[in-house]
Amino acid sequence: MTLASTTAPVASRAWLRPGPFALTLPALLLLTLLFMLPLVRLFSLSFTGGFGWYEKALTGGLYTVILYRTFEIAGIVTFFSFVIGYPVAFLLATTTPKWRAIGFAFVMLPLWTSVLVRTYAWMVLLGRNGIINRMLIDSGLLDTPLSLLNSRLAVILGMVHVMLPFMILPIYSALTRIDPDLPTAARGLGASALRILTTIYLPLSLRGIVAGVTLVFVVSLGFYITPALLGGGKVMMYAMVIEQQVREFLAWNFAGALSVILLAVTLVMFWLLNQGVARHLRD
Amino acid sequence: MSGPGRRRGAGAGRILLRFVCGLIFAFLMLPLVVLFPISFSSGSYLRFPPPGFSLRWYARYFDDPTWIDATWRSLQVGTATTVLALLIGIPLAFGLARGRFRGRSVIENGISAPIIVPHIVISIAIYGLFSKLGLIGEWYGIAVAHTVLALPFVVIVLLSGLRDFDTSLELAARGLGAGPFEAARTVTLPILAPSVYSAAFLAFITSFDELVVAMFISGANMTLPKKMFDSIMSEIEPTVAAVSAMQIVLISALLLLGTWLRRPVTAPLVR
Repeated sequence: MTLASTTAPVASRAWLRPGPFALTLPALLLLTLLFMLPLVRLFSLSFTGGFGWYEKALTGGLYTVILYRTFEIAGIVTFFSFVIGYPVAFLLATTTPKWRAIGFAFVMLPLWTSVLVRTYAWMVLLGRNGIINRMLIDSGLLDTPLSLLNSRLAVILGMVHVMLPFMILPIYSALTRIDPDLPTAARGLGASALRILTTIYLPLSLRGIVAGVTLVFVVSLGFYITPALLGGGKVMMYAMVIEQQVREFLAWNFAGALSVILLAVTLVMFWLLNQGVARHLRD
Repeated sequence: MSGPGRRRGAGAGRILLRFVCGLIFAFLMLPLVVLFPISFSSGSYLRFPPPGFSLRWYARYFDDPTWIDATWRSLQVGTATTVLALLIGIPLAFGLARGRFRGRSVIENGISAPIIVPHIVISIAIYGLFSKLGLIGEWYGIAVAHTVLALPFVVIVLLSGLRDFDTSLELAARGLGAGPFEAARTVTLPILAPSVYSAAFLAFITSFDELVVAMFISGANMTLPKKMFDSIMSEIEPTVAAVSAMQIVLISALLLLGTWLRRPVTAPLVR
């Protein structure tokens, strides 16, 4: 390993660059012992006795159905996060500093509140005696409460709430980098608002959109807390199956195989989404 | 940054946009706001509207040693995680920002891996290892595991602080006769302070809110999120609402403190 420090003036070199590679060693040690080693150990368990555990995971109807459903839910969550996240990012990027600060507070405060607290709040809102049912009944729209909780709808609602800020922030940052003269010029030349949106804002914020879509989709694939609490056992996602295999059945080998599959799917999606935009930006 | 020219003339589209965003902001805030009336309920169910006002769920939290124990444990684990993540993350960020060595970009990308790898996978992997080592239920075991999750955020924040950093300021201090430690103390640290505060805040929150890893490795010595999760699963009483409401107030206070801490340091230097 070369530790070449380059252009620093002699006087400052000793303390500005005290062996830069050496500075990364504590982190590398931590990540090796507590990230790489446990993962390799878990993954090696999945290969005991050949590929039998993978065969079970990938051919048995149940587990492929759950993998498919996990994909579906992650896709729906990503779609809705984008559709409602873009207008918010747009407003934040184009409004006055005062309103931007207020809008940001509405985005950041939920982001900093724990996922568990927010998921619990959705249980309170959607429950049989919850606020939404109470309001519907009191207003005479309903006679008996709807069972909103323990459904796919509840899981999607809770997940969109968690992921929305991760969609808004990268799109916002891409939008603020657009030269404000472009839309002004387009307007001056008679372009409609829709035309300005589709020919200026959307293409020029593509990098932010892809960053947001990638993050939301990839993180959604591994969700555990929200589907476990809002799905009430009726909506299984892949992370829940892994948890169940370890905690209820102590089936470490099978859980290892499921983990490898979830991780592989996550990394492939991450790579594909990034590749897509890289190609687009080159053209 | 957006010019004022863009929003001249609030047309119908602009008004519609504001209305839609108002609804989305309401959606974002609704779950936070709703916990407060529930937490002050005098009823023993999650009923709305609450039958009356009382502080009984707050009293139950403060009177129950299992809640208080869990809170102290989470504060302890969160503090240890923050210290550890900064001790490891600050040198790492300096090495990555200022060093030129082979494998630097590999390390920089690798450090973000714990964000992308699903937490359930990291959790059971660490659980497997810790069971073998007999570390289940040890608070420091949770703290080192949380440090793995917190480190990427710490490094991302510190790296962006260091990349904006003008190293000629350090050289100027040295040129004016400051020793290396004096230069670090009077120039480097004050300029980096806001990034360090943000990094510390992120590390603490990452640990304090973390459930999935703690669920597996905290054993009988629960952290606060684990205790809340168990309580949500087993009983339908509003103690969790009281705990949640206190957390929301705490986070809001920390966010306000954050903007207040950041202002006096950056403002004069940015100009």
